[in-house]
Amino acid sequence: MKCLILPSIGEHLINLARKLGQTWYMVGSVIFWLFRSKLEFRQIVKQTTRIGVDSVSVTTLTSLFTGMVLALQSGYSSKSLFNEPLYVGSVVGFSLVKELGPVLTAIVVAGRAGAAVTAEIGTMKVTEQIDALYTLGTNPSRYLLIPRYFAFMIALPLLTVFSDFIGITGGFIVSVVKLRVASSVYWDDIFMYMEIKNFMHGFIKSFFFAFIIATVSCYKGLHTEGGAQGVGMATTESVVSSMVLIMAVDYFVSALLVSIGIT
Amino acid sequence: MIEIRNLVKKYSGKTILGGINLDIKDGEIFSLLGPSGTGKSTFLKSIIGLVKPDGGSIKIDGADITKTFGEFEIQKIRKNFGYLFQEGALFDSLNVWENVAFGLRYLTDIKESEYLKTAGEKLELVGLKNSENLKISELSGGMKKRVALARAIAANPKYLLYDEPTTGLDPVTAETVSELIKEMSKKLKVTSISVTHDVKLALEISDRIALLNEGGFACLGTPEEIKNSKNGIVKEFIENSICRK
Ligand SMILES: Nc1ncnc2c1ncn2[C@@H]1O[C@H](COP(=O)(O)OP(=O)(O)OP(=O)(O)O)[C@@H](O)[C@H]1O
Ligand SMILES: [Mg+2]
Repeated sequence: MKCLILPSIGEHLINLARKLGQTWYMVGSVIFWLFRSKLEFRQIVKQTTRIGVDSVSVTTLTSLFTGMVLALQSGYSSKSLFNEPLYVGSVVGFSLVKELGPVLTAIVVAGRAGAAVTAEIGTMKVTEQIDALYTLGTNPSRYLLIPRYFAFMIALPLLTVFSDFIGITGGFIVSVVKLRVASSVYWDDIFMYMEIKNFMHGFIKSFFFAFIIATVSCYKGLHTEGGAQGVGMATTESVVSSMVLIMAVDYFVSALLVSIGIT
Repeated sequence: MIEIRNLVKKYSGKTILGGINLDIKDGEIFSLLGPSGTGKSTFLKSIIGLVKPDGGSIKIDGADITKTFGEFEIQKIRKNFGYLFQEGALFDSLNVWENVAFGLRYLTDIKESEYLKTAGEKLELVGLKNSENLKISELSGGMKKRVALARAIAANPKYLLYDEPTTGLDPVTAETVSELIKEMSKKLKVTSISVTHDVKLALEISDRIALLNEGGFACLGTPEEIKNSKNGIVKEFIENSICRK
């Protein structure tokens, strides 16, 4: 047993170390070219719109229903305790703005746009289009990665704010129509207790998530091997890795932000 | 001037290139023949640093690309090259003329307003007049090859590397392409290295020809020397392909 397990653990560790090294190298190359080449504005605009357009409908639906179910659950919970729905707006607002807005949006974007980026770059890799970039005086960092990093860093925070707004609206609809909360009470619950730093907490996190999605989706694309099947595998791996990393990083960044007073 | 010394490349323990030595003079047309899977594409990619060899050196005008690691420095060396990929490697997110003009931004001082015109000229050279606005998915195999060729020559590079320039083309178009390679070499002093199965093309255009087999050159010489070679593999290769033509 021993002699079977140890080498396999070792192999996994070596693999992990190599992947981390390659990722670090890729991020380094992106930073290197960021300062040594003209920005491809056309590409940045194109990619940002694509990511935005790709994700906006799913984001709308996800956050609308999340806001609605939050209002419903918190409303009925407090009804069973206090006989009336209390602080529905606060529960919806805090949960969305600090956690669910940024995290759910990031997961939607990873599933839609992140997957698309991996598939696109992966296809370019297996059809030698990446090599062709090198022979035409540029390189994937300049032409593909930097515009996509920018696109995710611009689109995801915007989508997060949008999703906060839609989610709170969803909560509002359920509160007023189903729970019979007065609309002024709902808004007061939100604006009396919530501060700008609560919003910033989620907003700042969305930049970290954007960085994760960009890094994972580009990395998986650039290291695709083995034709169409390879592209399929890379795409799946990209989405799964992004999601797991988003969840993990969410905890640590939240803890960090709380510790410096952005709660 | 390209100086290749003792070039070695292995894939998972298997030796593909086993210590190749070759000098290519400026303006020379060099052709590499060889059976499928012997490492011709690997050889061509090593020259431009897309494949990292396991040993040896490749000096391009004195700069050893195998020992250049900075991305900036390696890009500087690559700027002297045009490369035709075996499968074309066209960008399918762009249309035909955008593909051809792609490198102009990075490799030349041509103004952006001139790109379309330049691309049109290059497309005409490869016999694809008026196809600027086609999508890549609308092209036939042979058309793709020629668009890729137009893209490789667009920035007037000093060195041109062709991976099978005539494969998939009809005899008449193949003739146009071989004329084009010859002409660029004679008029613009371009150094050409072509990898090919097309023995007729190689004999027609080359100053020197080599036959790659089992990791080394089975022979290396002028077209005349190749034709009259006594080497068994070379004879077999030449005779078989001429008979089939
Ligand atoms: N990335 C790679 N990983 C592993 N083996 C490879 C890789 N690329 C090429 N090979 C192997 O190296 C050998 C040479 O490949 P190469 O593409 O250079 O051949 P070629 O001479 O260009 O063939 P063809 O005429 O069919 O294009 C082949 O046996 C191939 O299987
Ligand atoms: Mg080949």
